Amino acid sequence: MASFTHGNITIEVDEDGFMAQPEKWNNEVALALASTEGVTALSEDHWKLVNYLRDYYTKFGVAPMIRKLCKETGFPLKTVYDLFPSGPAKGACKVAGLPKPTGCV
Amino acid sequence: MSEKLPKPEELSTVDFRPVDYDWMTAKATFRKGTYSYQAAPKNLKYLGLANPREWSPIDDDWKLPDNWKTIILEGLRERLDKFRSLGLFMDICVRCGACADKCHFYIGSGDPKNMPVLRAELLRSVYRRYFTTTGKMFGALAGARELDVSLLKEWFYYFYQCTECRRCSVYCPYGIDTAEITMLGRELLTLVGCNINWVMEPVANCFRTGNHLGIQPHAFKDNIEFVRDELEEVTGIHIDPPINKKGAEVLFVTPSADVFASPAIYTLMGYMLLFHHIGLDYTFSAYASDGGNFGLFASHELMKRLNAKNYAEAKRLGVKWILGGECGHMWRVMHQYMATMNGPADFLEVPVSPVTGTRFEHARSTKMVHICEFTSDLIRHGKLKLDKSRNDHRVVTFHDSCNPARSVGILEEPRYVLRNVVNQFHEMPENTIREHTFCCGGGAGLGNDENMEMRLRGGMPRGHAVRHVRDAHGVNLLACICAIDKATLPALVDYWSPGVDVGGVHELVGNALVMEGENERTTDLRGDPMATSKGESDA
Repeated sequence: MASFTHGNITIEVDEDGFMAQPEKWNNEVALALASTEGVTALSEDHWKLVNYLRDYYTKFGVAPMIRKLCKETGFPLKTVYDLFPSGPAKGACKVAGLPKPTGCV
Repeated sequence: MSEKLPKPEELSTVDFRPVDYDWMTAKATFRKGTYSYQAAPKNLKYLGLANPREWSPIDDDWKLPDNWKTIILEGLRERLDKFRSLGLFMDICVRCGACADKCHFYIGSGDPKNMPVLRAELLRSVYRRYFTTTGKMFGALAGARELDVSLLKEWFYYFYQCTECRRCSVYCPYGIDTAEITMLGRELLTLVGCNINWVMEPVANCFRTGNHLGIQPHAFKDNIEFVRDELEEVTGIHIDPPINKKGAEVLFVTPSADVFASPAIYTLMGYMLLFHHIGLDYTFSAYASDGGNFGLFASHELMKRLNAKNYAEAKRLGVKWILGGECGHMWRVMHQYMATMNGPADFLEVPVSPVTGTRFEHARSTKMVHICEFTSDLIRHGKLKLDKSRNDHRVVTFHDSCNPARSVGILEEPRYVLRNVVNQFHEMPENTIREHTFCCGGGAGLGNDENMEMRLRGGMPRGHAVRHVRDAHGVNLLACICAIDKATLPALVDYWSPGVDVGGVHELVGNALVMEGENERTTDLRGDPMATSKGESDA
């Protein structure tokens, strides 16, 4: 298990930089994770997306369907990619501290 | 993946010249992009499997148990006793080489150990050394090899560079099932804790929640209802898909990606429309919520543990039989193992279509019918109202998913369905379809991102065949009947044959179905503009 340090925060992450312990997520952790995605500052739109993912994950224990994410945040997929260049699963979900989906995905 | 991928022109230049090293002494080189990450210890712990620990394939020290060699050799002895096929496959290969150039990974990489014969030889040489007299006496001269850590690493590298697609077996004059050799190799590796996370996390999730993605019942319901609402927006038809409905006639089991990922969710829309169209008395289950069985990719034991769930749920709900969705390896488990593994399922009835009365005799033991068999039977009996022209914006080809094609022989049914729901259908070259089909390069647990270069290499033959029909006929949709395909083929096609989408057969069925009380349809199930209706026809 690798760990990664940003400022005074140290986070345990997997090989792809996803949080090993999603329950330890907070806003500072989000900023630290965003720095690994080439996102230096989180705008209001970034937070809207991240908070949506976080709320969904807390409620359902899994990431939302991408189509649902777009519909409920009002962001078309292109906007999601503009905000997080690695995309909804590998970028936005990582910053929101969600685990990486596995299986037939 | 952090590494930059080579361009297609570079990747398709493969060096097939003979290598200048001795295969018996060569070591595996774990190059980024060509191997999968190790299983996380939490997943092995959850499943009660051996040697959970932090390690990586690129480490020198794999932290094996002290008696790892004894464990492997005892494991091999036990399996030689248990599976007569294994001993036979170890003994009868004459190394004729008919399989050598049939493997997509060999074609795409030129690595001799991806020739199925040589990959199998990694295990066979150990068998010779410890279980045959000539091997014990003459060692390397008799093709025998000492089992050491370096060979174990080769096992890991190459058994996790085989997608168990069984194309090579089609050409083997002895009928050696090389996928079984890979399976047994992986099973032995699992005894000492050497397995990959893309297999073990789905297995652990499936053991906990019933599906590989770890979707809990309330999330499963929420996803189904979201797709239902999307469907209502497109068609104007409101459907209430039953979940966990006791006493339903049919339990419908499909890959969990169908209720989660794009483009698989459009296939789910197709199923829902179809079942509504014919008034099927069916139910989804939030427990039997995955047809897929990644246990197949690790060991017989795990496969059996996961497969049991679908039948336990069928019994609990009191259904008559099980209908299975567009899944790949589920059908290998069903067709080749179920009857003697968790079956026979005597508490269920021989499946009979409630709409046509067709009795599916071939499913007498497993009580499970493939959706393409079910739908083609409906079409054959004229039970569906279809308007093919609604798919006129699609020029379609069909990728035979390895397991339904080679393990079960589902070759005609999907084609029959396609010809009845689309006007423009073109086959890829004949040595790349039906039982000769080329793998997507990401099956058997290898569809992860870290293995992307190897996936694209293995996917090259399929990618080139798609490009051929794209250029010759303007194909813009690659249809398939497997959720791993729907997850892995988009990256493959974007790389080798850009401009082609990937979708399910039942997505196209859903587009073509003329539903009673529907809105005037202007878009397909994806919300893309469809060709305007030119009239209806009963199939």
